[in-house]
Amino acid sequence: MDMLKKFSGSSLFLPVVALSVLLIFNTLFVDGFLTIQMTEDGHLYGRLVDILNRSCSLIILALGMTFVIATSGIDISVGAVVAISAAVVCTLIGGRGDGVAEMPMSVAMLAAVGVGVLCGMWNGLLVAKFKIQAVVATLILMTAGRGVAQLMTEGQIITVYYKPFEYIAGFLPNMPLPTNIFIALAMVLLVAVLMKKTSIGLFVQSVGINPTAARYAGINVTMVIFLVYAFSGLCAGVSGLIESSLIRAADANNAGLNMEMDAILAVALGGTLLSGGKFYVGGSVIGAITIQTLTTTMYALGVSADQLPVVKAAAVIIICLIQSKKAQEMFDKWKASRHSQQKNDNKAVFGKAVKQL
Amino acid sequence: MAQALLEMRHITKEFPGVRALSNVDFTLHAGEIHSLMGENGAGKSTLVKVLTGVYPRDGGTVFLNGKAINPKTPKDAQDCGISTVYQEVNLCSNLTVAENIFIGREPRKFGMIDWQTINQRAAELLAKLDVHIDVTKTLDNYSVALQQMIAIARAVDVDAKILILDEPTSSLNEEETAHLFKIMRQLQKQGLGIIFISHFLDQIYEICDHITVLRNGELVGAYETAKLPRLELIAKMVGKDLNEVKDMDNFAEKSVPSDEVFLDAKGIGAVGKLNEVDVQIHKGEVIGFAGLLGSGRTETAELLFGINEINKGSLSINGKKLHLKNPMNAMEQKIGFCPEDRKLSGIIGDLSVRENIILAMQAKDGILRHIPYEEQVKIADDCIKLLRIKVSSREQLVKNLSGGNQQKVIIARWLATQPDLLILDEPTRGIDVGTKTEIQKMAISLAKQKGMAVVFISSEMDEMVRTCTKLVVMRDRRKVAELTGSDISSDGVMKAIAGGAA
Ligand SMILES: Nc1ncnc2c1ncn2[C@@H]1O[C@H](COP(=O)(O)OP(=O)(O)OP(=O)(O)O)[C@@H](O)[C@H]1O
Ligand SMILES: [Mg+2]
Repeated sequence: MDMLKKFSGSSLFLPVVALSVLLIFNTLFVDGFLTIQMTEDGHLYGRLVDILNRSCSLIILALGMTFVIATSGIDISVGAVVAISAAVVCTLIGGRGDGVAEMPMSVAMLAAVGVGVLCGMWNGLLVAKFKIQAVVATLILMTAGRGVAQLMTEGQIITVYYKPFEYIAGFLPNMPLPTNIFIALAMVLLVAVLMKKTSIGLFVQSVGINPTAARYAGINVTMVIFLVYAFSGLCAGVSGLIESSLIRAADANNAGLNMEMDAILAVALGGTLLSGGKFYVGGSVIGAITIQTLTTTMYALGVSADQLPVVKAAAVIIICLIQSKKAQEMFDKWKASRHSQQKNDNKAVFGKAVKQL
Repeated sequence: MAQALLEMRHITKEFPGVRALSNVDFTLHAGEIHSLMGENGAGKSTLVKVLTGVYPRDGGTVFLNGKAINPKTPKDAQDCGISTVYQEVNLCSNLTVAENIFIGREPRKFGMIDWQTINQRAAELLAKLDVHIDVTKTLDNYSVALQQMIAIARAVDVDAKILILDEPTSSLNEEETAHLFKIMRQLQKQGLGIIFISHFLDQIYEICDHITVLRNGELVGAYETAKLPRLELIAKMVGKDLNEVKDMDNFAEKSVPSDEVFLDAKGIGAVGKLNEVDVQIHKGEVIGFAGLLGSGRTETAELLFGINEINKGSLSINGKKLHLKNPMNAMEQKIGFCPEDRKLSGIIGDLSVRENIILAMQAKDGILRHIPYEEQVKIADDCIKLLRIKVSSREQLVKNLSGGNQQKVIIARWLATQPDLLILDEPTRGIDVGTKTEIQKMAISLAKQKGMAVVFISSEMDEMVRTCTKLVVMRDRRKVAELTGSDISSDGVMKAIAGGAA
């Protein structure tokens, strides 16, 4: 009971509940939702693996977005940066029909992530140094980014036939789980270590809560802001690798489309306020998985892709309501009034409570 | 006696971990100016906020003119006739002055907001307080003091039965305070009941008829000002007996500065902020920057801490010529700075007391050298004990501390970095009498025992006179005199300021 109480007060409570509700719903209504099978070559498959697999790139984006939002900024360019990263890695490996890579895949991958970081640094420069509002600053790359990707691919969809490229979002031989799950895990671990071993959390929160006071305390506010955008760019770069590997192609128009919205939503779901300050990395990860579960569920229930946004919007409204202070106060009052009812069976109190409601 | 205007009975308020008010009674009559007194964290602001519906109360009843009231929001309270200026000025910095004064009750003409009337009446209102500013400019153009005047103007304009002023004078100068008092007396004659909170005893004795004393959230008693000598009041506030309080004022000897120069500024200035100023700061010296509000004291301090860059003159520290580009540069030279506006540039409200205390240390150590949690705990606990910061736990959010205790947290933040030069800009603003002397004594003992140099900036002349071994007197953003030894007195400073006019 005590542990339950502790948990219900913790920041992870709401995100976990939201995810659990979805999972339970799925278990009840989607056939074979929990079944996991193994193929002959040792790969696991099933709906759960699928959800995890598909949420990886979103998890990674959400990691970067969490820090940006914690500084009370926002990065709406990540979707476009995913497209750029995809374009870089695919053009460098090349679309040769005979399945030969024009450049070593590792070089191509590094270059793509590097370009992602550059994009992030550009955003960081605009926001931190030139003090342009984050939405406006990242809007530039959001709109221009896909154009840049188009230029790289010369307006074509580059399909990569080089076999190892599939491995990023698929299975390495004899591995039970797809590679991108390990990539996401590594990124989450990296962030966890940074949080544990450095003061990045303290600095980011200080900047998000009160930048003036942070500066007076000696924190290099410009640098902190610059770094969070650069990191967000890095995350988008990595996501770009996964997204392009999934379809084995670079599609400048559609790669990472609307992913910035999902990433922001994941962060919000995770309990981090868009006004900045306190942030919850674990919450963002769960938030990302929740969104992917929602998407998969809707497809499983036969909701078409065009209707999906409606369902997501409804989910957002519910979640925001749950998190809003006002709603919480109302809930607390309701709980309190119920409590007093239980205590004394006084009808007058009951009547009053009902009236108040 | 006539029926009381306001009666609060058995008021109780609990926050997680603290009982901010327990069983407090308070009575206010019409035409009375009544002070709430108590140490930092005694519960004065909480009592006000419970009365005005900012916080719901956990127990007790409130009667206005004999009728029980229960305002749920500040708006409710206003509709009942209770007008309030809260301790933290809560105006909108991006609205104009006039908009701030009339927000929520804009005069209308044919259904449209009547801007002309708003601006005109706002200007008239402020003129009554002898404030003459452009009311169509946004609020952030004006200093904290002016913002406070604007908040007051807004409150006194509302048609009210009760006016509550929670430390309205903390950043006002004497003249501004005098204007406020004039208006308060007018309102008193009109039959308003006024609740006035301040840590300035002089002001309390000047304007209040009655005093209610709180300590640790409990009522000590209500008294007539004329029948309560100062020392007795202090004794009641701190809960000690009279003799102990008398000892409190026994001041330590001033520090003796060493010959070693820590910082030497020659003709430093910044365009539009400060004209050439010379300052020499020795180790073990408590040096005061005296002058009126806006005379350039804070600006000088900010240059010494690298908040703004110096673009005239030269600065050397420990004999080395330096150019400070940012606060970190100054911190590397072991300089610390408690800024004057603690809400804007001091506290990080949503972080805990512990995090706020170790923040500057951590910034200095760098992002990679994370201070282990156990060490943070130890540093925080030491500071809390040393400065007697009133917290329910070290993990309490700083924004939930009382004003004076927030100030102490900022001082703790800089003491933790063990600076060679500590700049204290208005460190005793909003601090209770007892703690005020403690902070002054602390400044002296830091200089004496650790050989620290301390810059002390304060608008209260007598605390400067008591603590400083050298006074730099400023006027119109330049230095007009330097006083040492027996020249240090209120008169001396006043003369120097007046002389600077010529
Ligand atoms: N929102 C809050 N949450 C938790 N504790 C609070 C909150 N507001 C006030 N407190 C606590 O209640 C106590 C009384 O605070 P209050 O602000 O009323 O003091 P005060 O007498 O006005 O002091 P000061 O002179 O410093 O302004 C303090 O211990 C403070 O920490
Ligand atoms: Mg207070």
